Amino acid sequence: MWKYLGKRVLQMIITLLLFQVLTYLLIDAQPGDIADLLTLAPDIPPNEVRRLRAELGLDRPPLERMARYIINFYRGNLGVSFQEYPRPVIDIIKERLPRTFVLFVTANIVAFWTGFVTGKILAWRRGGIIEYAATITGVTLYTVFLPWFALMMIWLFAVTLHWLPPGKFLDPLKWLGPDVPPANAIFTRLIWTSLIALLLCFMGFLISNRATRRRRVPIRLASVLVPLAGLVGYWGTNGLGRLAWDIVSHLVLPVGTLTLYAYAGTMLLMRTTMLETLREDYVLTARAKGLPDKVVRDKHAARNALLPVWTGLVFGISGSVGGGIITETVFSWPGIGLTLLNASTSEDIPTAMGVLTILGILTLVAHLVVDIGYAFLDPRIRYG
Amino acid sequence: MTDTLETARTTTAGARYVPLWRVRLSLLAKSLRTNWALFAENPIGLIGLGVIVFFGLFALAHPILMNTVWEARVYHPVSGHDLEIPFHPSPPSPRHLLGTDPLGRDVLSQLMYSTRFEFALGIIAAVVTMVVATTIGAVSAYYGGVLDALLMRLVDLVQMIPLLPILIVLSALMNVGMLELAIVFGLLFGFGGTAIIVKSQALTVKVRPYIEAARIAGGSDWHIIFKHMVPNLLPVSLLYMMFTVNTAIAYEAILSFFGLTTIQMSWGLMINTTQFFGYLLRFDTWWLLFPASIAITTLCAAFYLVGRAMDEVVNPRLRRR
Repeated sequence: MWKYLGKRVLQMIITLLLFQVLTYLLIDAQPGDIADLLTLAPDIPPNEVRRLRAELGLDRPPLERMARYIINFYRGNLGVSFQEYPRPVIDIIKERLPRTFVLFVTANIVAFWTGFVTGKILAWRRGGIIEYAATITGVTLYTVFLPWFALMMIWLFAVTLHWLPPGKFLDPLKWLGPDVPPANAIFTRLIWTSLIALLLCFMGFLISNRATRRRRVPIRLASVLVPLAGLVGYWGTNGLGRLAWDIVSHLVLPVGTLTLYAYAGTMLLMRTTMLETLREDYVLTARAKGLPDKVVRDKHAARNALLPVWTGLVFGISGSVGGGIITETVFSWPGIGLTLLNASTSEDIPTAMGVLTILGILTLVAHLVVDIGYAFLDPRIRYG
Repeated sequence: MTDTLETARTTTAGARYVPLWRVRLSLLAKSLRTNWALFAENPIGLIGLGVIVFFGLFALAHPILMNTVWEARVYHPVSGHDLEIPFHPSPPSPRHLLGTDPLGRDVLSQLMYSTRFEFALGIIAAVVTMVVATTIGAVSAYYGGVLDALLMRLVDLVQMIPLLPILIVLSALMNVGMLELAIVFGLLFGFGGTAIIVKSQALTVKVRPYIEAARIAGGSDWHIIFKHMVPNLLPVSLLYMMFTVNTAIAYEAILSFFGLTTIQMSWGLMINTTQFFGYLLRFDTWWLLFPASIAITTLCAAFYLVGRAMDEVVNPRLRRR
């Protein structure tokens, strides 16, 4: 396992380096440079232009510039943003990465789990009107034009029903006042507390699986309710609950949209593979043994159908990252996807390069996580 | 030499000599008929095909309408303007069935005009993907060894790249039109997952007896790859071509929606115009947002459905018993 992990990480670093070289060369190949852009004013003397070029290192050969950029990248120096001038790119990314991370990870995990469960049930109850309805809904969600879908969600939940705010990270009117802490601090604390609550809940479920049947239900109920009560208690008493709730209510709509979008692919794939698995001989055997339907479905069929769906996840990561960017843009969610788009359209090249590389790392890490998960799911694959 | 062969064929067979191309044609027609029967079993695939045909007719109707009923000054999709309506965007009316956009252009005309470019984009991207993926898959499976390893690592690399971020940065910095976009999509998809799938098929083709026979008969490597392997890989790559088409159309729409392309008129650009003039979140002007969005969604869904139905033809395990 460790050997495999080491090999994979090495491979990832090589891929990342190639990716950086490729993107740097592609962007560097564009005609004109920053000095040209800054010196469009005719009254700047040519001497100054030359000085500026030398200061920015633009008079060096391209390969040297690339090497410098990549070395600086690994030292944590990603240059300075042009849009928000002397602010370093790394600061911008540090500020916005958690927001994207929460959006991406929550949506994908929820979408995978719900897609797995509904796909399983749909394949089991084959035929009839439910099957057509599910296929049509699935295909529509899978091929829907995401910006439009996001706008429809805004229209329904924010404009018509007034349940949720239509976009952005927070409502500035609620954050006025002398003693309001910075939004990012609250957001980070929010992430940590909900992560702890989720872990507790997960552990409760693990314990309940070992318990006897009679004890299972109370343990599960407790493992949901206790962390939830803890969360509510913590945020209700520390006086910041109002602000945290503001962030959460802004988070619900983007996460929901991205979840529905990612859900359809998993659901459709799970249904197809489950249909194939149900024809296998071991499912017939399990039925012939007289096992209850639920056991045949969950333990014999779904467990085996899960593997190709998990593989499908690998192919879906790139699309999912793209979906995250679109969602962020439509909801004005200030994560790194929106930053990338703004930086690209205003030719803020250091920021665009930095964010692009970070998104590349995000994709690579997601691939690695999925590959490691594969080893746990398939006993035939034990890397090592 | 050939003369003697021809006469030998005609005389020894005792029957009328049938030229080879005609045999091939009748075989093709036969396989098309059986495959069509399999395809037609699936109502969902037929619905998809119907939608594609509808959009095809929709695209064809535009030049006809422009030359007969629609006056170019008013109805031109890019430069038209209706002076008789005082305020634009105007809601649907008998004159403009889907209303006008903020610049006074007819929405229906824009919708119809864009359709042909969406088709062209999808088809060019799909053909490039097919050529690249089939060549890589066949060559990689046939030669194996170092070449295979190199090509597959390249495919892995492309597979891992986050597609949309790169496209955003590239199209923001370069002037990207429809043709460039189609070729970039084609190359990215061709070097990506499609190549892996075609290669896995090519590995099963490679070990079949007729490949051995061709090699013994003295066929060169390229002859074997392109005359014997590629024709047997076409069904699979044709199938994945369908999925390329819908992805390419969706990505083009998204890039145009972000305003990053230099395309003059497309469905994504229609929504971008809506956004530019501040009508995106005003849902009372639905005719600016809905027609283009629904067109993108239905055309993508149609290609996807046809792809799925073809999947059932190519892959017998998926068929209903």
